[in-house]
Amino acid sequence: MDISPEKLADAYRLMKTIREFEERMRSEYQQGKLPGFIHIYRNQEAIAVAACLDMTNADYIASTHRGHGHCIAKGCEIEAMLLELACKEDGLCNGKGGSMHIADMSKGMLGANAIVGGGPPIAAGAALTAKTLGNGAVSLAFIGDGAADQGTVAESLNLAVVLQLPMIFMFENNRYAEFTKSPKPDGRIAERAGAYGMPSEVVDGSDFFAMYDACQRAIKRGREGGGPTAIEALCNRYYGHFEGDAQAYRDQDELAEERTASDPIPRFLADPRAAVLTVDKIAEIDAAIFAEIDRGFEVTYAAADPTPDKLYTDVYIHYEGRLR
Amino acid sequence: MKMSIREAINQTLHQEMARDERVIVMGEDVASDQGGVYGITDGLPAKFGLHRVIDTPITESAIVGAAGGAALTGLRPVAELMFVDFLGVCLDQILNQIAKFRYMFGGQARTPVVIRTMIGAGAGTGPQHSQILYPLLAAIPGIKVVTPANAADAKGLLTTAIRDDDPVIFCEHKALYMDECEVPEGEYLLPFGQARTAVSGSDITIVGMSRTAVLAEEAAGVLAQRGISAEVIDLRTLSPLDEGTVLESLAKTGRLVVVDEANPYCSMASEIAGLAVERGFDTLDAPVKRVTSPHTPVPATPCLELEYVPSVDKIIAAVEETLAY
Ligand SMILES: Cc1ncc(C[n+]2csc(CCOP(=O)(O)OP(=O)(O)O)c2C)c(N)n1
Ligand SMILES: [Mg+2]
Repeated sequence: MDISPEKLADAYRLMKTIREFEERMRSEYQQGKLPGFIHIYRNQEAIAVAACLDMTNADYIASTHRGHGHCIAKGCEIEAMLLELACKEDGLCNGKGGSMHIADMSKGMLGANAIVGGGPPIAAGAALTAKTLGNGAVSLAFIGDGAADQGTVAESLNLAVVLQLPMIFMFENNRYAEFTKSPKPDGRIAERAGAYGMPSEVVDGSDFFAMYDACQRAIKRGREGGGPTAIEALCNRYYGHFEGDAQAYRDQDELAEERTASDPIPRFLADPRAAVLTVDKIAEIDAAIFAEIDRGFEVTYAAADPTPDKLYTDVYIHYEGRLR
Repeated sequence: MKMSIREAINQTLHQEMARDERVIVMGEDVASDQGGVYGITDGLPAKFGLHRVIDTPITESAIVGAAGGAALTGLRPVAELMFVDFLGVCLDQILNQIAKFRYMFGGQARTPVVIRTMIGAGAGTGPQHSQILYPLLAAIPGIKVVTPANAADAKGLLTTAIRDDDPVIFCEHKALYMDECEVPEGEYLLPFGQARTAVSGSDITIVGMSRTAVLAEEAAGVLAQRGISAEVIDLRTLSPLDEGTVLESLAKTGRLVVVDEANPYCSMASEIAGLAVERGFDTLDAPVKRVTSPHTPVPATPCLELEYVPSVDKIIAAVEETLAY
């Protein structure tokens, strides 16, 4: 596998940023300082980062309700994200989207999605744009193991094969959907994708290097006109479904073990391929991350809420004067 | 006994499942330990077993469609569509299948399915988890649409829904779940198509449904202190609609404000306004006023969401405007 020291540093920086960003978010949320529902991505960071590391702003991703990691990996600015998560006027979506609908068109981030299975058809459409324009871009949909059962996912898998779209189906199999353990054995999702006629593989989602390798191949296939790929990344959902869910329904010993065994960050750092990242280099990256997050929160808490007139912007209104 | 809407629905499911073996409950997470996201199905799996309380994959089309198919062939399923917004995923099964079987098959078929679903803004859940959508459903011939505003009505209407032979969509407002009131013990049924006069009055009629009925009642309290006697009508069911009660009240007061959390275009508020104009024209002393959400999606921002939904203040302003006409 080909990975430059710069890319390695980027990979670490992004995984660590996602981790620290969300840990800080959790604590602010617990203090009642952030609105809505938030879904934490912890222990799945290697998947988003490996998927997006070789992408540019011209490539597309469609995200899910658990989307903070996807956003950061795709290059969304921390401050603009925080402003959105706090639903402020200057947020990425002017506060109208929040955590579950955050999007950044300038980065090819086509939106988190509060409709489970809502993203894959949209990502297929973006892949169709890339194919039609012949610009070599690829499109990737993040899909949970629960979402994998939606009809929209089956339909998109088929469409991507039929139209030979430059698309990647990134299934994040954390083996839970809300409070319910997945009834599907590991690998079943990849098998399904295979049955539609696309190359598919099962990868350890906490192994950054294995993920990056699989993603490089899938992206190359897409860019070269080889059609879609499916990756089933096996992983662990560290926290509850949403912040505030204590996961009482899980075997606590098993969970504790999985939490450590599936943490992608120490695993990445322990890998000989990451040896170029010296202790000093890591400390430098970490310091910059914490500073960026601190600054983001400072700006966010000082920022203005949208004014009431913003309720009526960015929507086609034919009801002028009779709005309520 | 005093209980919340959440508890009343849970109790009704327990009672109806005990009464009729053909009643099954199905949906996402309904058999989980905490009884789904809001604990509505709490205790059902332990009592009735996992063959009657069925956790499904995340596939609304199949959940609703299979519930309809099971209803067509002898069961009486209560399916959960977690948020009404997910209607987008399963509309064909409701619109083209379940709603039409009885008519399209020449009366051979009955489809006694209940689809319980959560509606409404106020929880900061954003554009895809906060919609109302009942006008869309009420517009479909063949299904009944129910919108309880309190725990007693939730029990009475859900019992009727489960025993009804037609498909029923049962809309639970997420901001009302914890609201408590006195609920009759044991078997309790409320007929469909019979509105509730929540407050009697003589100056103006305020019509609401689901959460807006609660807001209208609050508004009537404030108006009473200002010497205005408002009559509040809670529609309870949108389809069938109790036109008589609305028209009778209008005949008495001559003025009408309709409060509906839906978007204004083709809303229930529009339907009631149309009714008043068509059949109550002679009794109207002022134009009908509608208080609805605006014609926009629901914003995630809490401050804009507050601005978005109908409120007691907006109702009072509408009433005063109507009275000043
Ligand atoms: C169409 C639809 N159905 C149901 C839900 C409720 N819901 C939100 S997340 C979720 C579980 C998703 O599980 P999975 O796809 O495995 O993603 P994970 O939460 O594990 O990341 C469910 C059922 C929804 N938001 N949209
Ligand atoms: Mg999952």
